Amino acid sequence: MSYEFICSTTNIIINSGRAALVEGQQVAIFRLQTPQGDKYFALQNYCPFAKANVISRGIVGSLNNKLVVASPIYKQHFCLETGVCLEDEAVMLKTWQVLIRDNNLQVIIADQKTA
Amino acid sequence: MKPKVVVVGNGPIGHKFLECLLELQGQSESYQIIVFGEEPLAAYDRVHLTQWFETRDAAGLNMVPVNFYADHQIECISGDKVTSIDRDNKTVTSTSGRIESYDKLVLATGSYPFVPPIPGHDRKNTFVYRTIEDLEAITTAAADAKVGVVVGGGLLGLEAAKALHDLNLTTHVVEFAPRLMAVQIDDGGGNLLREKIEALGVSVHTGKNTQDIGNGESRAHKMCFADETELETDLIVFSAGIRPRDELARACDLRVGEKGGIVINNNCQTSDHDIYAIGEVALWGGRIYGLIAPGNTMARAAAHDLMPTDTKSEFDGADMSTKLKLMGVDVASVGDAHADTEGALSYTYVNEVEQVYKKIVVSHDKKHLLGAVLVGDAEDYGTLLQFSLNKIALPENPEILILPAFDGTAGGGLGVDMLPDAAQICSCNNVNKANLVEAVQGGCWTLGQLKSETNAATGCGGCTALVTKVLNAELENLGMEVNTDICEHFSYTRQDLYSLIRVNKIQSFDELITKYGNQEVIPNLGCDICKPTVASILASTWNDYILEDKHRGLQDSNDHYLANIQKNGTYSIVPRIPGGEITPDKLIVLGEVAKRYDLYTKITGGQRIDLFGARSEQLPVIWKELIDAGFESGHAYGKALRTVKSCVGSTWCRFGVQDSVGEAIHIEQRYRGLRSPHKLKMAVSGCARECAEAQSKDVGVIAVENGWNLYVGGNGGMKPRHADLFASEINTETLIKYIDRFLMFYVRTADRLQRTSVWIDNMEGGLDYLKQIVIEDKLGICNELEKEMAHVINTYQCEWKTTVEDPEKVKRFSHFVNSNDIDRNVVFVKERGQIRPATEDERAQCQEQQSNKVIAIAG
Repeated sequence: MSYEFICSTTNIIINSGRAALVEGQQVAIFRLQTPQGDKYFALQNYCPFAKANVISRGIVGSLNNKLVVASPIYKQHFCLETGVCLEDEAVMLKTWQVLIRDNNLQVIIADQKTA
Repeated sequence: MKPKVVVVGNGPIGHKFLECLLELQGQSESYQIIVFGEEPLAAYDRVHLTQWFETRDAAGLNMVPVNFYADHQIECISGDKVTSIDRDNKTVTSTSGRIESYDKLVLATGSYPFVPPIPGHDRKNTFVYRTIEDLEAITTAAADAKVGVVVGGGLLGLEAAKALHDLNLTTHVVEFAPRLMAVQIDDGGGNLLREKIEALGVSVHTGKNTQDIGNGESRAHKMCFADETELETDLIVFSAGIRPRDELARACDLRVGEKGGIVINNNCQTSDHDIYAIGEVALWGGRIYGLIAPGNTMARAAAHDLMPTDTKSEFDGADMSTKLKLMGVDVASVGDAHADTEGALSYTYVNEVEQVYKKIVVSHDKKHLLGAVLVGDAEDYGTLLQFSLNKIALPENPEILILPAFDGTAGGGLGVDMLPDAAQICSCNNVNKANLVEAVQGGCWTLGQLKSETNAATGCGGCTALVTKVLNAELENLGMEVNTDICEHFSYTRQDLYSLIRVNKIQSFDELITKYGNQEVIPNLGCDICKPTVASILASTWNDYILEDKHRGLQDSNDHYLANIQKNGTYSIVPRIPGGEITPDKLIVLGEVAKRYDLYTKITGGQRIDLFGARSEQLPVIWKELIDAGFESGHAYGKALRTVKSCVGSTWCRFGVQDSVGEAIHIEQRYRGLRSPHKLKMAVSGCARECAEAQSKDVGVIAVENGWNLYVGGNGGMKPRHADLFASEINTETLIKYIDRFLMFYVRTADRLQRTSVWIDNMEGGLDYLKQIVIEDKLGICNELEKEMAHVINTYQCEWKTTVEDPEKVKRFSHFVNSNDIDRNVVFVKERGQIRPATEDERAQCQEQQSNKVIAIAG
């Protein structure tokens, strides 16, 4: 397990997302303001419905008690915590753990052995 | 082998029969269907024939959906007339020599206009009023004419008179009977109708028996009447009633009436039970029914007889009550309008000030309504019709049904709860109260939904008010508070949110959701429905820069990047080209920029140029160049004013009567950037030829000699809708005033993503109500609306200019927050000399080659 530094948290506007390049993979990073404080999420940026790297540009919010992002092209919703698509549970986006240290946003990279 | 049904006649009733038959398919045996039509066009809506004069577009009257025949495997033979029936061999033969066998034959040949055999009736420039070809011929002849006469003052005759009047002819109506619309209304109503029509500039001559038509002195024809008076005219339109086209039936010895018409039974079978007759060719109970509703009922009865199901449908006569607007005058007739029933009594209300005439005819015991005549105000028609059809007991003083309701206390109206379930609400499409109630219970909670589910109020539209009443009453009965909440995060409609934001001066989404969000939803962070909606309302109201940090996360992806996202995640760029006018220099800049960044270019439907294939990080760079060259944002990405299309207008065009380009630019610059519930499109045409297609726009302006005609609520797209004429011959100042008010009222009251067309269709009171608000200022809000619009106009900024001037904002357009790399998944190939997004296969192939460059595909 290792960490990769992405950016300062201030680079991500509250309640929106940015794409990041993590070991050659496109990752969508989100920052949400919640009653429990700011929360950060990392999901694959590639939308399997649109077949394009656009998830980071989706609108975030909540639906049925879940924190979600809506893909900007065909508007499917994905749970930010699990990556599962609300409209089609068979579809799931890859997720990464995010770690915040001193306003530095880092993504946890799992070992690739099991891949 | 399926049994075969042959339909002769592809008019509205023939078409209705096909629809009824298809509806029953599957429930019963199915038929092979062939339909013959002698006209070159498929079925069109003859009832609304006069609309052709407004639109000059036959397609607008078309009743047949695209692919209707193919989808249902119906063979449609147009422009070929059936000339004989061989009942022994069960075949029909057509003009082209085609012979078709049948198992069942349906005659829907309709009627022909009766032309009285007056000497000279067949002179040049004499017409009938029946088909689109007739209307075209009348229009052509009118171009060289000054005076026109309609022979016949019935319903169709008056429509024809309106058409001639609109063609700028000095128009006369000549009627044999002592009054207009002799069948439907009485002397009192006829006199008032005459006054009203004459006030519009049409001369009415009643009690005139035309004896001869010969050469005129000052005009082409001279008409001589029995009372030795004369009238000179250039063209004559005969509208003196109809005669059934029963010649096919006569030739094969089917039973026909003395005065014509094929005799039918309740199943619409003729004397040969394998042959049916429906519509105006059929004679039932010694009577021809010349209206659409009885024809539809016959079509339904015949279809049911061909396909027996559990529900029986028969024709057993029809109520000939009717309501219409003739030359802007409301006229209605119910049941026994002439008080012919024995012992009948009548009540009459005449208001010479407002020019209203109302009469009701009641039974001798005053218990039931037998008939009514309404001229000048036909609002009571629905109620009176229900009283008469359903034999509802009359109130003690029946006259309250027609007396005006002062201060709202008089209770003439009829509560819809009093209506029995079987009460027919829409006679055009045979929809009764039970059908409507069932549909409402099944989830049709808006007038629009109810109309499309039941077809009620989609024929003549006379029952719209009553349908709305039934809808509202049923919703109330269901104890239903219809959930119009915008989403789970707010227990409010878009209109509510608009008011909350404006009244409480709310400046951000966070403030709104904190104060007015649904407290029961946890967490309540909003969603992709309410966020863009609120962003739009905030922009319409306060007009901040939409990419301010507090607004940015609310924006849909297009607004977020101020460009239109395409399927591969790249964006397209549409600079504003007001009115479609562009200098060669600017055109060159667009070409140069497109070339430099290798963008696909296409001309849009709104007279602009769309540059496709820009990656997000390229957007600010490209826009910097465009802004330096004098371009500004075109807002193609926003639910906002898009374009104001124009034709070249009087500056260049030899037909143009006003400077349409100048006005289009004026309007586009006035409303550019206005955020609204949905996109807005407008157009300005320089003359009635309408080359800018303004009648398909939300706001359409058409130049006339004395100013502008304003149209609203037009729409292309999936459900095209012609715009409604809103105001005529207004000057530029009034035009702008009305558009300001119209747009701001739309912004205030429409639902999210509701185009103006649907907004107007769903508006209670419809176009008339909208006119009262915008033109007459019924609600006293016009001043506010204008002020609100002025604020939006005065705070306009080019969003792209603001963006490129702020380096922090520009940074956010890079694809990655942590790298200057670009999205390697975006791959283009070349086609017809330009780029296009690679298909998935092409992309895989390309990535295999480890190349991010554009690859050329051979061929």
